[in-house]
Amino acid sequence: MIHSLFLINHSGDIFLEKHWKSVIGRSVCDYFFEAKEKAAEPEDVPPVLQTPHHYLISIYRDRLFFLSVIQTEAPPLFVIEFLHRVVETFQDYFGECSETVIKDNVVTVYELLEEMLDNGFPLATESNILKEMIRPPTILRTMVNTLTGTSNFEERLPSGQLSTIPWRRSGVKYTNNEAYFDVIEEIDAIVDKSGTTVCAEIQGVIEACVKLTGMPDLTLSFMNPRLLDDVSFHPCVRFKRWEAERVLSFIPPDGNFTLMSYHVNAQNLVAIPVYVKQNISFFESGSGGRLDLTAGPKQTMGKTVEGLVITVHMPKAVLSASLTATQGSYTYDPATKVLVWDIGRLNPQKLPNLRGSLSLQAGAPKPEDNPSINIALKIQQLAISGLKVNRLDMYGEKYKPFKGVKYVTKAGKFQRPACVAISHFST
Amino acid sequence: MSASSAFSDEKGGSSSVGEPEYGHDPASGGIFSSDYKRHDDLKEMLDSNKDSLKLEAMKRIVAMIARGKNTSDLFPAVVKNVACKNIEVKKLVYVYLVRYAEEQQDLALLSISTFQRGLKDPNQLIRASALRVLSSIRVTIIVPIMMLAIKEAASDMSPYVRKTAAHAIPKLYSLDPEQKDQLIEVIEKLLADKTTLVAGSVVMAFEEVCPERIDLIHKNYRKLCNLLVDVEEWGQVVIINMLTRYARTQFLNPNLNECLLEEGGESTFYGSDADQDEDEDEDKKDEALSKRKPYVMDPDHRLLLRNTKPLLQSRNAAVVMAVAQLYFHLAPKAEVGVIAKALVRLLRSHSEVQYVVLQNVATMTIKRRGMFEPYLKSFYIRSTDPTQIKVLKLEVLTNLASETNISTILREFQTYIKSMDKDFVAATIQAIGRCATHIGEVRDTCLNGLVQLLSNRDELVVAESVVVIKKLLQMQPEKHSDIIKHMAKLTDNIQVPMARASILWLIGEYCEHVPKIAPDVLRKMAKTFTNEEDIVKLQIINLAAKLYLTNSKQTKLLTQYVLNLAKYDQNYDIRDRARFIRQLIVPTDKCGALSKYAKKLILALKPAPILESPFKDRDHFQLGSLSHLLNTKAGGYQELPDWPQDAPDPSVRNVEVPEWTKCSSREKRKEKKVEKPFYSDSEGESGPTESADSESDSASSSASGSEQSGSGSEESEESEERSDSDEEEEEEEEEAKKRKTQKKEPIEAVQQSESEQSSEEEVKKRKVSIPPPRNVSESESDDDDSPSDSSQDSESEDSESEAEVKKKKKITPPKAPTKPVKKEGKKEKKEMSLLDFDDFEPTPSPQVTPVGNFLSSSLVTDLEGLSLTDTVLSPATISPSGSLKSYELLHRITGEGLWVEYCFSRQPFLPDPHMVAVQIQFTNSAATEAKSLRLEEAKLQSGMRVKEFPEIEVLPAGESATVVMGVDFCDSTQAANLQLCTHSRKFFVSIQPPVGELMTPSFMTENEFKKEQGQLMGMNEITEKMQLPERCQNEHAIVQRVIAAANLSRVPCGSDKECRFAGRTVTSGSLVLVTVATKESGPSQLTINCEKMVIGTMLVKDILLALTQ
Repeated sequence: MIHSLFLINHSGDIFLEKHWKSVIGRSVCDYFFEAKEKAAEPEDVPPVLQTPHHYLISIYRDRLFFLSVIQTEAPPLFVIEFLHRVVETFQDYFGECSETVIKDNVVTVYELLEEMLDNGFPLATESNILKEMIRPPTILRTMVNTLTGTSNFEERLPSGQLSTIPWRRSGVKYTNNEAYFDVIEEIDAIVDKSGTTVCAEIQGVIEACVKLTGMPDLTLSFMNPRLLDDVSFHPCVRFKRWEAERVLSFIPPDGNFTLMSYHVNAQNLVAIPVYVKQNISFFESGSGGRLDLTAGPKQTMGKTVEGLVITVHMPKAVLSASLTATQGSYTYDPATKVLVWDIGRLNPQKLPNLRGSLSLQAGAPKPEDNPSINIALKIQQLAISGLKVNRLDMYGEKYKPFKGVKYVTKAGKFQRPACVAISHFST
Repeated sequence: MSASSAFSDEKGGSSSVGEPEYGHDPASGGIFSSDYKRHDDLKEMLDSNKDSLKLEAMKRIVAMIARGKNTSDLFPAVVKNVACKNIEVKKLVYVYLVRYAEEQQDLALLSISTFQRGLKDPNQLIRASALRVLSSIRVTIIVPIMMLAIKEAASDMSPYVRKTAAHAIPKLYSLDPEQKDQLIEVIEKLLADKTTLVAGSVVMAFEEVCPERIDLIHKNYRKLCNLLVDVEEWGQVVIINMLTRYARTQFLNPNLNECLLEEGGESTFYGSDADQDEDEDEDKKDEALSKRKPYVMDPDHRLLLRNTKPLLQSRNAAVVMAVAQLYFHLAPKAEVGVIAKALVRLLRSHSEVQYVVLQNVATMTIKRRGMFEPYLKSFYIRSTDPTQIKVLKLEVLTNLASETNISTILREFQTYIKSMDKDFVAATIQAIGRCATHIGEVRDTCLNGLVQLLSNRDELVVAESVVVIKKLLQMQPEKHSDIIKHMAKLTDNIQVPMARASILWLIGEYCEHVPKIAPDVLRKMAKTFTNEEDIVKLQIINLAAKLYLTNSKQTKLLTQYVLNLAKYDQNYDIRDRARFIRQLIVPTDKCGALSKYAKKLILALKPAPILESPFKDRDHFQLGSLSHLLNTKAGGYQELPDWPQDAPDPSVRNVEVPEWTKCSSREKRKEKKVEKPFYSDSEGESGPTESADSESDSASSSASGSEQSGSGSEESEESEERSDSDEEEEEEEEEAKKRKTQKKEPIEAVQQSESEQSSEEEVKKRKVSIPPPRNVSESESDDDDSPSDSSQDSESEDSESEAEVKKKKKITPPKAPTKPVKKEGKKEKKEMSLLDFDDFEPTPSPQVTPVGNFLSSSLVTDLEGLSLTDTVLSPATISPSGSLKSYELLHRITGEGLWVEYCFSRQPFLPDPHMVAVQIQFTNSAATEAKSLRLEEAKLQSGMRVKEFPEIEVLPAGESATVVMGVDFCDSTQAANLQLCTHSRKFFVSIQPPVGELMTPSFMTENEFKKEQGQLMGMNEITEKMQLPERCQNEHAIVQRVIAAANLSRVPCGSDKECRFAGRTVTSGSLVLVTVATKESGPSQLTINCEKMVIGTMLVKDILLALTQ
């Protein structure tokens, strides 16, 4: 399936290549570079390209292109999903996935790629198995390695591959047995200029950090599972139990993992926790404009809104902005035309305000479109959907683990495309 | 390219501390001497004795490979380290080897022996990794070695090794496609594997090597469906895609009735109200249904749909997409809807995933719009989406537009027009145009909106609007002359060529509606003709021609002027057009004929363009495939076949008899038939007659079972019992009949899932072995009594063909033959010291290690993984070859009623491959029950090891039990002395293995055999001359006897004068090669090659004895 992989940095240099079958020359990437030239943004490069003899499937993450070459029919999502898995593995191993990190750990990276695919077909993609074979580097180990000349290989043979539950390594031991679950919810909403919600939905994930000895079999149940509209699970979760009883029954992987992600379709009932009053106008003469933004709490259920960041995508003609913020700080990037106002904690008594003037490119026509506004925020100890974990039970092991659940709400793709309604389209 | 890579190298050198060699890379400096020196230094490090230096060198080399540097000159130095003890170095050497072996074929061969050794390693992970590297070395010379290794690994008892074997198949296939036939055999074998670990990989191999051999799937279809949820995610994708194709060839179209409707109702597709549509559908469906014969879904079809559905909840987008396409292509219309939610969920993933999913959703929305309508808002566009995603979402929104939601969609579109992304705005305007064409009610609204856009400040918006308006106007030009007038005015301002061309075309086409403006426009255009783009020029010529024909008075001169300008244009298309138009419209003397029709030609009524989605008709490609995405057939794409008209026979998927029973019954049959060639077994298995075959097997096994019980009863007691057993028999027969009828009614039969079948089987087994007291009494009355005699046995004696036998069996009335047969059987029993039917007894202790033959060993391990109880499996202790000799372990009298026998089942002993499996049968003929039967304090020779069987807690009086234990005899025939304990007593017993049982069969090709034989000459070779008796002259007899004497497998051989066998000793794995050469005249010759001379000598004796007796 997957023939070769090229890692390409933002400026278009190939800095790593790996072939799982015969070697394919780098020149095959030229087709990709051509497409990259054409695209305005790196995100606009088509993920699938056709060349005379090969097909190129690429993803763009962390300012790097992962370009895979395939020769025959293969489901594109299969390849894309795998490439993302590669990135996630790198992040898992090295903390981040950047050119420098990959170059510094080039041998480990190469080893990982070798293990993840065999003849282009995925062999071991579970991080628990991979870690059994190739140890992730730590600062201490790097020092030891340089002193003693050993490296990151596991001396004993990995047995995880042989097991029927490949996601968990065998022989796990902890002195403190703990299981933490973070319920993280994101509101994803589009609000129009008048403040009405065009669409809103809540996405949630349950991130787990499980450090338990042996082979625990966990059961997690919810107070109100009916809220969950659509769910997807880590492979460890037993589908049948969920369908029958609406409980999550699973033997967890060791360490951090995403247990499930879900979707709450609350139609218009989603409470938007903040509002933003905006007034952006441009002078008719075309030399400048005014901006006035105020943010305030709306329905926060008594919790404090934190980490509030407002992002405005300005029209192309806006050269610079000279503004004053009553709270937080703002930056304007003239290259990308993005204004970022980092407010931080929202104080309901004293509403933060950002106002000032915008200067436009000389001679440019008055921008007619009002920019869209994105809002990011975070509310601790609140799952906005109201989802509650009922209890966590453990079977299969004798000890008593420490259990914890945390709730966080964030704004995901919360967006206000503030635009003027066109009357003539009314029907 | 090269320059940029060199540049990056330089940069890389400075940033990465660990690899200082980048700094002076040859590409940057071009100094070859330094390059040479650097490699010299690496060579030195590789040659050193220190592992740390080697490791350092290998790391640097691998880093260079990763950067795409050529390090092939280091090959000899690296390959030397392939046998390095240090596992880290070894791994990196493997990486290097796989990368460069192709370029340095001769040198790569040096490493092969290391891998061959690795293939025999007791550790499954080492075996697997050796196979993985061996198969990744793309060197044509080693194809036979690879083939052999794959074959061997395919029957390895470790599922992981078998998985690796499956992975190796496509590798070998791409190296040498001529091996296809052999590889298909291996694939077939692995497809039968029931491990989740293997399933995905072998289907992948199937797809790459022989996707056309859909027939191989039949038998495994239900198993694959049932295993699917537990297969790893990547395997799931491959299996689901394959099963989609399979289902398309095997099942009927569940939407056949709707399909007919859809074709008829195509025109109203966009236009009609959804609800109404459905109502209509319902009505028509009913009508259609009453006409056609009712469709009943094949239960296997249902099984597939049911078992894939939970996977919609997978976290892996590829799996979700695979299930979605399966439902789209296979599910009844009413059920397809379930996939919508899952696909919408994928839209929250990475943009690349969105890109692929949206393409597929776009195709789906054309066919089944209703499915995604509830999720309309999920396709709303965000300003942060990349343009390509925006355009695709727009496409989906347009496809979803209907009268009910058009107002919402149009409101949404309005906001998009304000976007800063101009490509996206253009796409939006196109989308509005498409909505307008499909939904009549909003056409005017859209048109008005678009006309307003004509005053937009952005020229691109205006241009795109003009193009779309042009298309819309073509539908009802007479109503909209004012719009045309408005557009005519635009020609002064608008500069975009396409828009100008569109306006000109519009004016020309509808010049009757704007008779005053049109000539004026032409005048202006004539003025600027030379400065226009080609496409505009062509339209000016067209406009001139049309006006000339309708209004020649005003425009004659203008037209001529334009045509003259065009005559001398640089572009030959324009010159051509001008010439053509002139000839056509200006009447001259020469050509009168055509110009008469000029008006008809040029002013013909032109049909309005149909604004269609580019995704229309893409669904003939399998969704989710690369070909679908690119809308061209990609290499290696397997067409999704059309539904068959009539359903193919569904019974091909019936797997009535689990593998182990089949083998056993077949085994029995075969033993009786001495004439039957040894290998016919496997031939029969692959044939298409499989289902019939297995059916008869099951029937025969049950029949023979009942007869056995009958015979037992007869011997011990009289008529009373007999009638009893007859009743029993009847029951059995009835059940057998039932099975047959099930066969004939496929719907009924297929409904049963595999597990159900096996459980049924289990029940059956129990029934067969119900009368244990009789068994005991039987054994009491006659020790040597071999009860395995049945109708088919005697019949097969008459050298009848198998098929005939089967027929007879079916015809044979249930009761009639039992009696005579029994007698016959008794006469023969001495010769055939055969399988005891007691083997079929369920063992009382569920922990007994399951033993299977090669086919079932995989099954066993698999089922272990699936945590089923082993009781079902333990009866499978039947040897794949030769008869089993039983040896007495404890005599009935010494054992005070406890009678213990053992035999060598010739199965691999799963917990430890170095042990010989010894099957022990306890029979309690005492009046009281025996308790806690176990082995204790084995007093063993040094080196010998024993894996005891789990304690049998209770053995009731008259019952018998079979257990399996493992003994590592250390390749010697020394007896293993053990202590057998009951709750009250201890007995000293010993198990003495015949030399032939100390080995396991080893499969190899003739060449391989010869090669190995060549290495075992001299002291390791023992040759004996012998005179074969008359009845032993033929090949089959020889094979039969040798296999009976020693646990070897036959090696295929070109000459019929020679029979070859190969095996390995169990403990050390040393090869044992046996050759029997017969000669026309003179004595035959027996040759044994074995590293272990003692074994060789003893084996010679045994085989000699077996052959000459």
